[in-house]
Amino acid sequence: MAGWNVNDRKIPQGRLALFSYLSVTLVIFLLVGFWKLQVVQSSHYSDLADRNGIRSIAIIAPRGAMLDRDGRVLVDSYPSFSILLLRDNPKLIEKALPQIEDGLGISNQDLRQQLDAAKNEPKFLPVIIKPAASEADIAFVESHRADLPVLDLMMVQRRRYPHGEMLANTIGYVGEVAPTDLEKNPDKYRPGDIVGKAGLEKEYNDQIVGTDGMRRVVVNSVGKVMRTLDNVDAIPGRPIQLTIDEDLQQIAETDFANKEGALVAMDAHTGEVLAMVSRPTFDPNDFAVRIPNKEWAQLNTDPNTPLINRAIQAQLAPGSVFKVVMATAMLESKALPANYTVYCPGYATFYGRLFHCDHAHGSVDLHKGIVASCDVYFYNVGKILGIDRIDHYATGLGLGRRTGIDLPGEEPGLIPSEAWVERVGHHKWYPGSTISVSIGQGAVMATPIQLARMIAGVASGGVLIPPHLVKNAIGLKSETFPISDDTVQQVTDGMWGVVNEPDGTTSGLVKLQNVDFSGKTGTAQVESYDLQKKLGKKLKENGWFVGYAPRRNPDIVVAALVQAGGWGSTSAAPIVRDVVKAYYDKKNGHLPAPPSTAEVIRPSGLKPVAEDSGAVRP
Amino acid sequence: MKNRPHVQDFDWILLAIVGAISGLGVLEIYSSTHASAMAGMQWKQLIWIGIGIAGMFLISRVDYHSLMDQAPALYLVGIAGLLVVLVLGYSRLGAKRWISLGGLVNLQVSEIMKLIIIIVLARYFAEVHTDRLTLTDLAKISALTLIPVVLILKQPDLGTALVLTPVAIVGAFFAGIEWKHAAVGLLVLALLIPLGWNMRRHLKPYQQQRIQTFLHPEQDQRGAGYQILQSEIAVGSGGFWGQGFGKGSQNQLGFVPVRYSDFILAALAEEQGFIGVCVVLLLYLGLILRLVDNAQKAKDRAGMYVVMGVTAILGFHVLVNAAMVIGDVPVTGIPLPLMSYGGSATAFVFLALGLVMNVRMRRFVN
Repeated sequence: MAGWNVNDRKIPQGRLALFSYLSVTLVIFLLVGFWKLQVVQSSHYSDLADRNGIRSIAIIAPRGAMLDRDGRVLVDSYPSFSILLLRDNPKLIEKALPQIEDGLGISNQDLRQQLDAAKNEPKFLPVIIKPAASEADIAFVESHRADLPVLDLMMVQRRRYPHGEMLANTIGYVGEVAPTDLEKNPDKYRPGDIVGKAGLEKEYNDQIVGTDGMRRVVVNSVGKVMRTLDNVDAIPGRPIQLTIDEDLQQIAETDFANKEGALVAMDAHTGEVLAMVSRPTFDPNDFAVRIPNKEWAQLNTDPNTPLINRAIQAQLAPGSVFKVVMATAMLESKALPANYTVYCPGYATFYGRLFHCDHAHGSVDLHKGIVASCDVYFYNVGKILGIDRIDHYATGLGLGRRTGIDLPGEEPGLIPSEAWVERVGHHKWYPGSTISVSIGQGAVMATPIQLARMIAGVASGGVLIPPHLVKNAIGLKSETFPISDDTVQQVTDGMWGVVNEPDGTTSGLVKLQNVDFSGKTGTAQVESYDLQKKLGKKLKENGWFVGYAPRRNPDIVVAALVQAGGWGSTSAAPIVRDVVKAYYDKKNGHLPAPPSTAEVIRPSGLKPVAEDSGAVRP
Repeated sequence: MKNRPHVQDFDWILLAIVGAISGLGVLEIYSSTHASAMAGMQWKQLIWIGIGIAGMFLISRVDYHSLMDQAPALYLVGIAGLLVVLVLGYSRLGAKRWISLGGLVNLQVSEIMKLIIIIVLARYFAEVHTDRLTLTDLAKISALTLIPVVLILKQPDLGTALVLTPVAIVGAFFAGIEWKHAAVGLLVLALLIPLGWNMRRHLKPYQQQRIQTFLHPEQDQRGAGYQILQSEIAVGSGGFWGQGFGKGSQNQLGFVPVRYSDFILAALAEEQGFIGVCVVLLLYLGLILRLVDNAQKAKDRAGMYVVMGVTAILGFHVLVNAAMVIGDVPVTGIPLPLMSYGGSATAFVFLALGLVMNVRMRRFVN
């Protein structure tokens, strides 16, 4: 290509000028573009920049511990880590899922289910995919910071119940705050907060929750914390001391192994609950970590209702324990003479119907009526008293209404009356119904705690103690339903006889040396005689025993219910005796040997880490 | 009239602008990397600037006419180099762009190809003489340009491949393209875009990804769309006055992708604000206008083509890079000349400016 270099001097000045103008125009276009971002939308992008780099990390405050009356730990908290899946980048999650499945051992199905459940929540809220991370899990997250940026760790405070099932129905359990509570108290709760769901955990939630702290940190593009902007420390929840005596509780729990029922032991002067058992039960540690749906459904639909606290929620016929109310009503109302006597042939007929008794007791006065628990005697007393007098004394002694114990969900029981039957059944009271009521059957329903309070009340002249579970509770008041000394003496002598006289229903089996142990048995049918005939068999009765000591102005009262346990004297009375004995042994300086079942359960997962609750990672 | 070019005839104003831009670049590279594992990068960049300046003086000594005499040979060498890269090039970041020179310096052959295409096309346009390019001329120009473009695309390096085309387009504009040809050319381009779209499965996955991301940035927050978004956040959060030197959170916390190189303008926009962006873009505008001035004063058309070839490439770099940073065009890997960290790219700019000096120094020489 020769001749290109011919010194052609013709320069296209016009087009060069045009090029310059074009350049200026393009730079102006660019500057307009920058102006839009940097001036017009600056605050929007500043927000995004803040959200990028600044992360708020909640410092979860540990819930306060629960101690027994001697300061022993019944419930506490320990720090642990949860693994979070950040959801702001769905594509990245898809890619990461197989690796997460392998590394953390969570099934694909589980992960998808959790992501699905959260799909309507804001994208910046992460999902907790593993609430109790093991050390291996934490190491996995830490070592994959760069290639699995969707994973993160959060320090949480987990509830620990060292004794597992012991006292579980009373303590209750914790769980994530329900959506309805969130809506009602948006200022109080944040999603994912752990709150008490049942029992003392629920009742005293506000006292034992701490105040969560908050740490604002700057993170870089791979999520590494570069520095802390500010730090508001968490205020740990205050511990509460319970009135429970772990020693007595352990003995009662051991006695209840494989039984169904409940027990309440109270200080008969103050109403402090010393022991409270409900069986069947559950392990609240299962709730401390998110409980798998299947297990939750099983607990909830279990016909044995393990989540119910039977000590305050089982409303059952009290059987012969109710005769204490009848005796008190008979003497106090003076509707019958104190020396009223009946001949018991082993049955009686009222209003054309046959009513049974256990034995033919022969001539029965009040003392023998209580000691031998003669039904025929009390049928007659009830017939003369009438339902309204029975209602008056039963209600006065605390039956048919809540005791006001500091636990959620207490049931009131039921004492029938003419007004009640007219309201509920829309008919007049059948006088025949009074006969069943007289021996604690029929419509009468009471909870173990009501019966314990009633018996203690009768034995101390009508002082109804306020049952409670927290030490040094304020604003507690005993109720009084005055009972004359004569009445107290006669009724308590009867209850002393139940335990200590040769013809007492306990046949002398539960006598205690050096302790003035008294009480009343009950063996309540769970179905009527008519139903028994229909079924062709007899369901096993509920055994009751409410014992106390000493004979008058008692120190301790214990009510025990053994469902389907048969005779109260053989099923429930020995348990009550064990608890009362342990109470006095301890009082006299002989500490009961700890039962072998008092095994401390350690939740799986992390050992407690140092008290730097602000750490995002170990 | 002088017979020998003198260093005094260097365009000192142009050099001052170049120095200002390079200085800002070095500072921003320092700000972006000083707190990271890459600390000290600014020194490497300074060394490359030094090498570039030396090269610029060297290249200005050889008369551009002699260089243009060697155009066919240079072109063949360039094509051969690109072929060598494709066959045994050394792969970095999934692309074969570097030839290893003695294991020390990694030379990006495509950068050299930019210089060669400037000289080759200047020679071709100078040869045409007329003010009217025939269709045959246009076909030849297209062929000369597209051969290296295709080879560079194979590396694959879409950015550098694209950068070659403005030399041809701007050259054709000055050589006198007929309006109807230009119109047809635009029409063909307009038709090629949908065709290219249909051919997209022949693109590399990462290129498909970039196009996809550009069209739907919100779908892909950690990939290229994430990069664009983070870049926009950096620019936007800079505001009018900027966050201050070394204080941009997007930059310092690493949210701005390759903040010391392709996205250095985003880093600067965050830390120096709209004011800083104005300064930088006006410096670039000054650079372009000063280059055009040199073209106007060129002794001959050949010199004008050389200068405008350089101007076309630099202008295209600035335009596309700035538009990318604010999310107006897809991410193509086109760095900001003189500011982005990078050895070959920086050296290229100085060598290209050496060509401009070359032309300028000889404007009065016979």
